[in-house]
Amino acid sequence: MENETPPPSANGSWTPRIIAFFCNWCTYTAADLAGVSRVKYAANTRTVRLMCSGRIDPQFILEAFAKGADGVLIGGCHPNDCHYAEGNYKMLRRFRLLRRMLKDMGIAEDRLRLEWISAAEGERVKSVINDMVQKITALGPLNLPERCEAWDREVTRLEQAAAQTTPPLPSTPPIPTSEVAHA
Amino acid sequence: MDDATKQAFNEGNLRANAAYAAARRNVTIDPITRLEGHGKIDIYLDGRGEVERAYFQVPELRGFEVFSRGRPAEDMPQITSRICGVCPTAHHMASTKALDDLYQVAPTSAGRKIRELVYHTFMLEDHALHVFVLGGPDFIVGPEAPPAERNIVGVIGKVGLEAGKKVIATRRRLRELIAYFGGKVVHPVLGQPGGVSKALKQEDLPKFQELARDGVEFAEWTLGVFKQIVLGNPDYVKLITSDPFTHRTCYMGLVDEQNRVSFYDGKLRVVDCEGQEVCKFTARQYKDFVAEHVEPWSYMKFTFLKQRGWRGFVEGKDTSIYSVAPLARLNASEGMATPKAQAAYEEFFKVLGGKPVHHTLANHWARVVEMLQAAERMQQLLNDPEITSPEVRRIPTAVPTEGFGVVEAPRGTLFHHYQTDPNGVITMANLIVATGNNAARIAMSVEKAAKGLIHAGEVREGLLNKIEMAFRAYDPCLGCATHSLPGHLPLKVSIYDPHRRLLQELVQE
Amino acid sequence: MPKPKVAFYWCASCGGCEETVVDLAEDILGVVEKVDIVLWPVAMDFKYKDVEALPDQGIFATLLNGAIRSTEQEKMAHLLRRKSRYLIAYGSCACTGGIPALANQFEREQILQFNYEEAPSVVNEAKTRPQLAFEENGRQPHLPELHQVVRALDQVVSVDYYIPGCPPTPKITKAAVAALLDGRLPPKGAVLAPDIALCEECPRRDSKPTDVAFTEFKRSHQKLLDPQLCFLAQGVVCMGPATRQGCGAQCISGNMPCTGCFGGTDRVKDQGAKMLSSLCANLAAKDEKEIDAVLAGIPDPVGTFYRYGMARSLLRRKVNLSSNGSPMAAEVTGTKRTV
Repeated sequence: MENETPPPSANGSWTPRIIAFFCNWCTYTAADLAGVSRVKYAANTRTVRLMCSGRIDPQFILEAFAKGADGVLIGGCHPNDCHYAEGNYKMLRRFRLLRRMLKDMGIAEDRLRLEWISAAEGERVKSVINDMVQKITALGPLNLPERCEAWDREVTRLEQAAAQTTPPLPSTPPIPTSEVAHA
Repeated sequence: MDDATKQAFNEGNLRANAAYAAARRNVTIDPITRLEGHGKIDIYLDGRGEVERAYFQVPELRGFEVFSRGRPAEDMPQITSRICGVCPTAHHMASTKALDDLYQVAPTSAGRKIRELVYHTFMLEDHALHVFVLGGPDFIVGPEAPPAERNIVGVIGKVGLEAGKKVIATRRRLRELIAYFGGKVVHPVLGQPGGVSKALKQEDLPKFQELARDGVEFAEWTLGVFKQIVLGNPDYVKLITSDPFTHRTCYMGLVDEQNRVSFYDGKLRVVDCEGQEVCKFTARQYKDFVAEHVEPWSYMKFTFLKQRGWRGFVEGKDTSIYSVAPLARLNASEGMATPKAQAAYEEFFKVLGGKPVHHTLANHWARVVEMLQAAERMQQLLNDPEITSPEVRRIPTAVPTEGFGVVEAPRGTLFHHYQTDPNGVITMANLIVATGNNAARIAMSVEKAAKGLIHAGEVREGLLNKIEMAFRAYDPCLGCATHSLPGHLPLKVSIYDPHRRLLQELVQE
Repeated sequence: MPKPKVAFYWCASCGGCEETVVDLAEDILGVVEKVDIVLWPVAMDFKYKDVEALPDQGIFATLLNGAIRSTEQEKMAHLLRRKSRYLIAYGSCACTGGIPALANQFEREQILQFNYEEAPSVVNEAKTRPQLAFEENGRQPHLPELHQVVRALDQVVSVDYYIPGCPPTPKITKAAVAALLDGRLPPKGAVLAPDIALCEECPRRDSKPTDVAFTEFKRSHQKLLDPQLCFLAQGVVCMGPATRQGCGAQCISGNMPCTGCFGGTDRVKDQGAKMLSSLCANLAAKDEKEIDAVLAGIPDPVGTFYRYGMARSLLRRKVNLSSNGSPMAAEVTGTKRTV
């Protein structure tokens, strides 16, 4: 199933939007290889290239979700192969805690994924992305911006309701300014 | 405070009041403002203009018990202290004791002494705040005095500037002791299962011993001021013992092995309105004895004695309503734990005609008696050589499941109850706060005051003030003013006629 | 020259910020001399109409503390915004949501249900709930409605300045008020506290390790805390590196680690994420299992990293919570309509 590329989405229907953070030396190169080899895979990712997976600030991941990503994929060099020695381990450590934290915040674990993909593994890029798209399609859209909008409707909505139930203020005599003005 | 400042302040206050009076000629329904700090009271009149029903409503709910779930238990003392910024130390301590129970670990001897020291210091400064700034001014300056003077400024006017400065300075020094051990005085950090986080250094001891000496003197001076100004005034005494402010409920308080008032630890003792012991129980047993009742017109629940079942807002021998706080503690005990406080306790009951005392306003006096115990205990602890021991903590080893902690907050009994998973992460938290323990009696006080003072549809002058005084005697934590400047309790009273039309709305001045 | 008008107001607050204003102690009298306090609900009678009657921007500065979690508080925030030239978010709750914002991990209904039905001490067979409008023999007391979501002040109105802390210290409060009165104001939106991490002013700075390499995290109750050594060097989580200074490292002086109440510095979007990033990057373990074993020493990342800042974090709230469709009708007759 991993190697099957899902059909493009019908017009207007939702399909996952995945932000992919790929490290320059390994995963991004692998993605290039996949492209050069005309490997077809799901078109749901938007790729961001960084020099190293260790450069990925958890803020990027959270912001991706906050701005509407349904999933975040991180690609880095295999353990021991990081071009900067330790960067991918930093990513791994952050990933382990971040995934747990996201779960506590109601975001399914499968929405954040970390894969080690080396420069020669163009086929893996395809299978990982296809698989992720499938999983997230099953999970459904996250669409945080829309959820926030829905949450924030209560702020104006309740205000309107309260304004409606409060009887209109009868006219009060104007307060003489000399009494109210303080010093 | 110099005269110019005092004058400027009073002028500003008067102008604000005058502006309000002008606007008040047309009364409209204000949207309800200020949830936390407003006591909201709705009074309904019947066909004869008598009070049919009065609802004291508390619109307070933040959900601490629920959002504590998932939190590590050791974080609870600092999380729950945010329930109240006036008495954070009370929650902190109740929580810390619940952690002791949760982890089946007792604090080290020195650790316990430091906890008690901090706690009694807190009781002293918090009671002092109430006596001089919040409730006390009603008496020290007088309930008939203009509102502009019923505050610390007026108190200073009565007791003198030097004395007033002493109050502010003593309170500041007491809070500095709390900050020494707790890092901060508002939301301290010292509580740990098995002890406290910080020891007392030998070189810092003398200044605290001096503070404790001054504290005892300060408490005695406060009692003197109270006796002179309040008890020396027959009108005040009449007010204190008058009927609208008298309720015959049960009383609950923490007591030590000899049934003496205890703030930090002990068992809970309940006496009925005739002074007979009804029950005595430990923190672990709280939910067999205390239960909460829900009314549809208030967010705050009303506690009652579980074994009697909810019997409504009634008083008397069979009532299931109890109250807490200084008066209740004195009633529920058989004495105080320190000598000067004991003498004051005996005088208290002698003057007021025996135990138990049912006059709500006597809370103010009981509070001063407690100040003595707090100060004396501070001194005892600071004179104990173990107070400078470095062994202030032990590490718990048991697997946690459930813990119960109880302390006497200045405003009354406080319960914390936690359940955790084996990793010490909270799965359930239940809290009964001090003011919740008093909620039913406060509601009754409000209604009684309203019924006693509103007749034939006419709202008498000073109604609000009288209600406020009944309210304020409980030192309610939901709305209490917390400042060194004027201490008003903002209160809004809405009065409806039998056709449920809003007749009048009074906002406290 | 008329004295500038100043207002203090509180929303969903514990009162600790108000206590801080009081703890300015004798200094407060100096403040009173320089300003006209037109609104201070706990200290002076609050009249809604008095504030309404003031000209727009008639109040020079309003210090508003507490989170926003009900209609009334939201209304007052809007009113005070209109009437104030400078609206200042005072304290962690107003700045970033504070501890009450931890409720954003739960449904409002869950809170109500526990409080009125499930709590072990509640006796309520009839499942009575507080009602927005309750009717009894024609009497109709009202209760205000709580929002689903807890918000920081600037999620409701625009805010000019922020004074952080739980509570803020008298020192930074005084400095901020003095700067206001002297007209020495930074650009709008500034946080009125130093823009550098707590480590810089911490008395334990010298023992802060350059290479941490955590092999475990100890929770504060699991080990005796050395009163002089940097907490990170002791393997205890301390939010100091991700937290703005200005508090004087008070909690540290109480021999407990920082919990982050001053919020992040200016260059940080999400304080919790930054702390997570830093702590995790500094683990020694390289193997997934080992990493997880070390990270088990942080059982509650949400509560640890977002204790005061949930409302203003990037995610704001647990994402699968409801937004509760239609508004509650306030007027009900006959049948009870619950909150």
